[in-house]
Amino acid sequence: MKKDLVILLIILLIGITSPFLFPNFVVNLSVVWLFILFSLTWDVQGGQMGYNSFGNIVFYGLGMYTCALVQVGLFFSIGEWTEAGGEKTFLHTIPQYFTGLGVGLIFSSIIPVLSAIIVGLGLLRVRGQYFAIGTLGLGIAAGEIASGIEVIGGGQGMTVPIWPRAAGTTDLRNLVFYYLSFASFLGTFLFLRWIYQTRFGLTLNAIRDDEDKAEAMGIPTMRYKIIGWCISAFFLGISGALMGNMNGYIDPIDGAFTGSTVGLWMIIMALLGGKGTLWGPIIGAVLFYFFKEFFWMQFLGWQYVALGLLVVVVVVFFPEGLMGWLKRKFPEKFGEVVDKERTSGIHLD
Amino acid sequence: METILKVRNVSKSFGGVEANKEVSLEIKSGDIVGLIGPNGSGKSTLFNMICGIQPIDKGEVIFEGKEISKYNVSEIARFGLLRTFQETKIYSKMTCLENMQISYKTPQDTLMSFFSKISQNVIKKSEELLDFVGLYEKRKLKAGDLSFGQQKLLELAMSLINGPKMLILDEPTAGINPTLINGIIDRLKKANEEFNITLFIIEHNMQVIMGLAKKIYCMNHGKILAQGTPEEIKNNKNVINAYLGAV
Repeated sequence: MKKDLVILLIILLIGITSPFLFPNFVVNLSVVWLFILFSLTWDVQGGQMGYNSFGNIVFYGLGMYTCALVQVGLFFSIGEWTEAGGEKTFLHTIPQYFTGLGVGLIFSSIIPVLSAIIVGLGLLRVRGQYFAIGTLGLGIAAGEIASGIEVIGGGQGMTVPIWPRAAGTTDLRNLVFYYLSFASFLGTFLFLRWIYQTRFGLTLNAIRDDEDKAEAMGIPTMRYKIIGWCISAFFLGISGALMGNMNGYIDPIDGAFTGSTVGLWMIIMALLGGKGTLWGPIIGAVLFYFFKEFFWMQFLGWQYVALGLLVVVVVVFFPEGLMGWLKRKFPEKFGEVVDKERTSGIHLD
Repeated sequence: METILKVRNVSKSFGGVEANKEVSLEIKSGDIVGLIGPNGSGKSTLFNMICGIQPIDKGEVIFEGKEISKYNVSEIARFGLLRTFQETKIYSKMTCLENMQISYKTPQDTLMSFFSKISQNVIKKSEELLDFVGLYEKRKLKAGDLSFGQQKLLELAMSLINGPKMLILDEPTAGINPTLINGIIDRLKKANEEFNITLFIIEHNMQVIMGLAKKIYCMNHGKILAQGTPEEIKNNKNVINAYLGAV
């Protein structure tokens, strides 16, 4: 309990003070929190449940679009907004902006959850590589579908309401989105930390280890797989909404349903840190962000090659990720001990 | 004694192969019943159909007076009819204790109960059952690190935690050293006598099944070839020709 409190206080301290310690990197820090969120939520399926999903990006994209559409739709015609293409200026007042953002964030969590239920009822019936390929198709299809819907801007995408100048400077805007990003990470972290300590967490692990056995033991696995996906969808939807607002513009394929970048990165981050653990995806996301920025700065033009090499090195030399490697090297540090104190006897009632 | 399981004229085909043809059998509550037969005679298929793993083509499976062939695996397990598999099926990356805890079904297995922490009561019960099968000292070990025989014992303990009415076991002693086989037989007998669990067992080890079961069914080519006490089965000419003679 004391250890939990200390960890929470350290995270809070880092989260609250970082923008003041590194004022020039507020946007980057916001992205780091969201990257950790991506990694943590992917790990619910890929790590804890053993369902390698390439489609979680769909919930991120849906959240991004849903929030923007609510933000616009509450006060203006969505069709006019997307058709204007910059020729007509739409400005939100301060109350309109924050009301839109608040309601948008709520809906950006609800819509992805509903879609996770609908899609999950079909896709979560298949396992292994079939599930992975199915979700890959889902991500690609979502981007193409969004590109074809004219009212949301089609292939050109759509802009997101801009921060009202009267509300403060761009720095203040960055700070607001930083704390929203940090809060959504913290919510995700605390929620997952809690459920991993409950029967639900054990159920996900049981599905990962042997789903047939879990069913044979009376666990309605489908129900828990869908709930697991809904949890990821809920937080990913919020993260998408925040990222959309921070970017100011949504491109259907390169911004919202970015399966080849963010969609893949969330997997790499969890693998890098160690999937199936709470801290692995967090460490992996921070490391990944560091490497990504480093490669972008030092090897511009070759950054994806460098990133690809990193993935190969991780998969070949650290297939269990950093946490997995540490667990294997120092199992006793992770509570894997054998107790030999008790003698045999039958005590059943 | 009441009949706990009734299989009536159950048939199953895979393409052109008839795995089970009009199979019928009855098991009384509290009995230990064996199912023997050469490889490919349809025993495991029959088990799979009873437990809902494979749908039946024709016939009925009645458990405690209820027709269960339309229910899925987890629903049938909740009725109190559990099975173990030929290859051990345990949650290999979880500790033995966690394997036990997740196997425990709360009396009101609601959604909220799944979001609750594991109670001390469940932990205690898990430890007692691990003790029962002789795995208490290994309770914090990953189940995947146990030997094959120990995994079989763990699987048995997992099955017992909810106090099932009937356990169907697919070759519980296959691939296990003789010392551990005696341990498993001992635990199975105790589970039957002390917890009144009906056992239905597929077994190729004749010594084991003849010593354990009160009644034995023998299958061959998807049909019930013979039934009776171990003594009757041992002396049945058809069984000797079809099964024992083939060994």
